[in-house]
Order: sequence, then structure tokens, then C-alpha cells
Amino acid sequence: MSFDIAVTLQRGHVRMTYEFAAGPGLTALFGPSGAGKTSLLDAVAGLVRPIEGRIAVSGATLFDRAQRINLRPEKRRCGYVFQDLRLFPHRCVRDNLLFGWKRVSPDERWLGIDVALNLLGIGHLLDRMPATLSGGEAQRVAIGRALLSAPRFLLMDEPLASVDADRREEILRLIERIRDELSLPILYVSHDRAEVERLAQQIIPVEPAHSAA
Amino acid sequence: MSGLSPAEWEVLLLSLKVSAVAIAAALPLAFGLAWMLARWRFPGKVVLDAVVHLPLVLPPVVTGWLLLLTFGTNAPMGRFFAETIGLTFLFRWTGAALAAAVMALPLMVRAMRLSLEAVDRRLESAARTLGAGPWRTFLTITLPLALPGILAALVLGLARSVGEFGATITFASNIPGETQTLPLAIYSALQLPGSELQVARLAALSVLLSVGALVLSEWLARRSGHGKGRHVL
Repeated sequence: MSFDIAVTLQRGHVRMTYEFAAGPGLTALFGPSGAGKTSLLDAVAGLVRPIEGRIAVSGATLFDRAQRINLRPEKRRCGYVFQDLRLFPHRCVRDNLLFGWKRVSPDERWLGIDVALNLLGIGHLLDRMPATLSGGEAQRVAIGRALLSAPRFLLMDEPLASVDADRREEILRLIERIRDELSLPILYVSHDRAEVERLAQQIIPVEPAHSAA
Repeated sequence: MSGLSPAEWEVLLLSLKVSAVAIAAALPLAFGLAWMLARWRFPGKVVLDAVVHLPLVLPPVVTGWLLLLTFGTNAPMGRFFAETIGLTFLFRWTGAALAAAVMALPLMVRAMRLSLEAVDRRLESAARTLGAGPWRTFLTITLPLALPGILAALVLGLARSVGEFGATITFASNIPGETQTLPLAIYSALQLPGSELQVARLAALSVLLSVGALVLSEWLARRSGHGKGRHVL
């Protein structure tokens, strides 16, 4: 299984339990906003600590409450494309792209810089600062930064959220290529049914938060 | 204005030494305090916040007196420093530096705390997912983004310490060549009849020093490159 997840998350006074196993390719977490999809991605990335359960990706255990395993985010090797992108505003596009790249040993890198620039079509943006990029450009840089950190899996949170309507098709095609050419497990969050049905091999419905008193 | 007299040089160099040592010592402490106040939650945080800000609101003469009570020869902290590293403060330039540091501390903590609170912590978590540990994240994300505030703290602290008067004269006294910094020398000159020119020269020196510090800070902010379009003050 690519993603093997059974966790309980606490958000404020609400507890949410998620349990699913997903095969290879792109798995979509589909549900309305506020259902805690982003919290689940944060938990897989190690940014939020579940109160109970287990998270494994491609056979590697990232979190297991019972076995007291909780890998630090920097050890999880996840490529996280945040909904709000989070490009580093004080670094140019080149430095943003290479931030994760520099922190993996050369023999673990599986994507060349030139290949990535070609795939994403961002070679001409290298010296720009993030604040000067359009929504679509910034989105492609954020995806590039995640891919170049040589991740073992990808987390994508509403990657079309910051993209203009006329650029959606371009980003959708890009995600399809990443899905088909890079053979990387992808956990994909969206609230758009058409988008999910087009991209996903497997759809996990996420219900709005149910509280357990 | 002709060149500086030996006595004026002495005052100027002493002032610079006292301020430089005061700020160098206060900087790490102020950053640590700013970090605790910006990032941590702990019992007694309000009390710590108040104590740090005390020198800002107390009359400086009271701060000087409190320093006498804590760092005097027979006071607990004074004895501790004398016995462990042989450092005494009373009637010495080190005492002037201590008074300047304590007076500058609240301003420095405030400026740094604000800039640390303004750093978007979501950027830090992004750096973590990209393989940077907490320390590397601090060096590559938090520190550069907070740098304008840290430079502002440096300049505010420097300006405050160069102008320090009340706590210094109370705690370290006004001894030419040892604790007599620029403001204290101006004060002494004012006490002597017929020394208007001397006062004016020292005052002009004081203004030059302050303007110089401002220019230096602007230059530093520009050089840091992250302050594009941003000003330190």
C-alpha cells in the first residue's frame, strides 16, 4: 500500500478519525472545506501530531503511537505542496527550488534540475523573487521545489486554489504528467468533484468533522 | 571646528567602548528574551515581560539605585561576578556599560520580539518538510526574515546606550577617564562657568555620533538585501 493511515486528530475540541489504505498513483481526499483534509496532510508531513494511530507510506512507518515512532518532518522525505504555497519571500526562485535539493545526498536525488525546469516550464523565472510571480508561476515553482527535494511521496493541498481559471488546465496536465511519469504516490486534497474524478485513481471521501465527546 | 582635544578624544573613545560592550553583551540576552516572549508559553511570562520593561518606565535614577542594590560590592550579583570571573562594576567603566545595557535592553527586546512575531511560521514548517532541521530552519528562514528588526534593535540600543545618563551617574558615578561618557561630560562642563564652547563641542560630537549610527543602520539594512523597500526605523 502506498498510504496506510489510521489516525485520530484533535483540532480544538473536535476529534477526527481517518482510516484508509491507498494503492499507488494519485489518491484524492475529497470533501467539503472544514472537514480537516489539510490537518490530515499536516499529520502525514509531521507538522501535526496525531493523538492516536499509525501512518505508513510505501511500507515505511512515519508515525506509530503504540510503538512511540514519530519521525521529524525533515526526516519524512515528503514533498508538500501547500495550499498557500509558502515560497520563501526573501529568496529568489532558484534558491527556493534548491532549498530542499541541497539537503538530500546526490545519490538519493531522482530528478535532475534541468528535467524539472523543463517539466514545469520555469527556467526563465530563476532570478525572480516570489512576490513578482503570477499565481500559475508560483504554483509551478512550489511544485518544483517539492519535487526537487527528492521526496518519496507527494502531498498536494488544493493545488488549483491559487491559479487563475484559464491556467487551471495547464496545471492539471502538469499534475497528470507528474502522476504518470514519476511513479510517486500522491495524496491530493480537493473539494472539486470534477477535478478529483479526472485525476484520481482512488477517491477517499472525507466527512465534515464529527466530534467524539 | 578644530580637531578634538586629548580630553575630548578620551570622552569619545570611552563612550564608544562603553556602548559597544553594552550592546554586544545585551544583544544575545535581548534575543533570548525576545524569543522566549515571542515563541514560548510558560507560567510567569507576564512577570518576565514586566521586569524586562521596567528600565523603560522607571526613572533612570531608580534603575541606577536598583543596580547598586544588586550589583554593588556586597550585593548578591556583584559578589557573584567578582568571585567567579573577577568582574566588578562599581566606579568602573564596566559599571557604565552595565547601566547602558540594562537601559537599552527593553528597547532591543521589543524590536526583536515584534520582528520575530511577524515571521510567518508556516514558512518555517515548509522548510522543515524540505529537509531542514530546526537549527537550519532558524538560520535560513527565521533569522533572515527577522533581520530588519534585529538591526532596528541594534540601532535603538546603541542610541539609547550612547545617551545613557541617569542610571550611569547613579550606579557608576561620574569619573573622568573611567565612567565619564559623553552625556556625563556635557553635564560636568555645564557645571563650570565659562565653558559654553566646551559644552557646544561635546554636544555637537554627540549629534554626529547619533547621525552616524543612523546612517550606519540604513547602510546595514540595504546591504542585508532583505530590507528591500523596508526601513530599519
